[in-house]
Amino acid sequence: MIINGVSIDATFAEAFPMKATRAIITAQNEKWAMISAQAMTGFATSVIACGCEGAIERVLDPSETPDGRPGVAVMFFAMGGKGLAKQLETRAGQCVLTSPTSALFAGIDGGIRIPLGKNLRYFGDGFQISKLISGKRYWRIPVMDGEFLAEATTGQVDGIGGGNFLVLAESQPQALLACEAAIEEMRKIPNVIMPFPGGVVRSGSKVGSKYKTLGASTNDAFCPTLKGATRSDLSPEIESVMEIVIDGLTKEDIDKAMRVGIQAVCDLGAENGIKRISAGNYGGKLGPFHFHLQEIMA
Amino acid sequence: MSALTLTLKNAPEQRIDMSALSCHLLKTLSITDIAALTLQSGKRKLRVDELFTIEGSDSQQLVIKNSHEKLDFIGKDLDGGSISVEGDAGAYLAMGMKAGDIKVSGNVGLYAACEMKKGYLEISGNAGDFLGAALPGNKMGMKGGTILVKGDVGQRAGDHMRRGNILIEGNAGDYCGSRMTAGTIAVMGQTGRYLGYAMRRGTLLLWNQPQLSASFNDCGAHTLAFLPILFASFRSLNTKFADVAQSFNRVQRYAGDMSEMGRGEVLVKL
Repeated sequence: MIINGVSIDATFAEAFPMKATRAIITAQNEKWAMISAQAMTGFATSVIACGCEGAIERVLDPSETPDGRPGVAVMFFAMGGKGLAKQLETRAGQCVLTSPTSALFAGIDGGIRIPLGKNLRYFGDGFQISKLISGKRYWRIPVMDGEFLAEATTGQVDGIGGGNFLVLAESQPQALLACEAAIEEMRKIPNVIMPFPGGVVRSGSKVGSKYKTLGASTNDAFCPTLKGATRSDLSPEIESVMEIVIDGLTKEDIDKAMRVGIQAVCDLGAENGIKRISAGNYGGKLGPFHFHLQEIMA
Repeated sequence: MSALTLTLKNAPEQRIDMSALSCHLLKTLSITDIAALTLQSGKRKLRVDELFTIEGSDSQQLVIKNSHEKLDFIGKDLDGGSISVEGDAGAYLAMGMKAGDIKVSGNVGLYAACEMKKGYLEISGNAGDFLGAALPGNKMGMKGGTILVKGDVGQRAGDHMRRGNILIEGNAGDYCGSRMTAGTIAVMGQTGRYLGYAMRRGTLLLWNQPQLSASFNDCGAHTLAFLPILFASFRSLNTKFADVAQSFNRVQRYAGDMSEMGRGEVLVKL
């Protein structure tokens, strides 16, 4: 399959079941909601070492938030429910509770309930106040700038992590430009996040390493400087490869995000140095979710 | 199916215990069975059809027409369904109510919604003393649900209240929110003396400056984030509380009752 001179590999991205949740951060203005959201989703690029994968899903209009203030929706994905709950709580405690004027609300109504402000309330040292409004429990925690309002719980649901595609280009600036174009379109799709810095990862990994202590190491088959030194998957004109990883609530959400992302890359086309789109997989034996590039773009 | 409508034939001489006519108790009964039910009235037991004319058949939508202040225990322990009272209701209306809704077009007596657990009670007129309170000797009043009173309420509204909302469009008598453990009482009108007497936790939300006891301490003026959410939850109700113009988030906060636990609050609109 070739779109605008870009070759789409007959391969697939392999993804795994994860546990997912969403929270809504509001603040006096969008600037401070965003600061709080950025802090909360910091160091959450990969479950390999961060404990969870998290990112800003989108900016919310005041009409969409529970307290009518500007807000930001953030999503987190982890391999298990326990780990997800722990990550959510510590991040909420250190990054949102501490952030001026912030309030924190559930972003998913259904699912298994996991603590959001439920345990943060103890920071109130006995001065915290509970309010049960329309069946939802909120905690009012006195803090130095006024009151921190946090919904007690949010929903944990099944999600999918590890959807991905690789952009193979003739130069590093061209690969980055294409990925930026893809991320801009993909951020318009609800229920997905791209957890790596700016949504793009330049250090895609393979499973295993020559070093016994490491579970993952550089994806040498896609490293352009190793074209002559390893069993490379790259043709001579490829000088840079970047990857976009997608976590989403459903397969359809990831399908949609991959489609718009790959399309944005292909729109730049071969004339802008984009040669191929590929994807990372483990032979289909590890992850139950397969995203076939050519099927998605058909 | 049309609503089961009971029209009171004459003003009763003695008080009547209406607890046998709660919707959940009528679910499996035919109209003949319902007509044959007996209600305690003084020392006598009177058949339902002796007191009321009966029309309609849907026992989960009960309408009591020509209602009287001597009809006590209407909707006692109600566990689903709806009751519409056209006229006044006696004491213990909606006592221990678990689910469903009750609407009264007139005034109601003592202990309305006492120890209510869930559901919705709307009173278009005035309510007597001990609205949403605990029964004498008990320590736990209203535990959930919402009460809306469009008129005034008597003394001790929300006494020992544990959870839920009491919304009062009119005035509240003395000792409003006394011995509250938690929950919210909102009063648009004036409040009487000894507001929040011995309250431990809970919120008294007021539109007018009250006469506060010395055991309530001023915590200053604040903008509270939970208030817009609270007001938004009233939007579906048929009340002045649903009016956007009536909502606010800027209040003077008083903490008390300091002679008790002191974790309660009186919030006065600024």
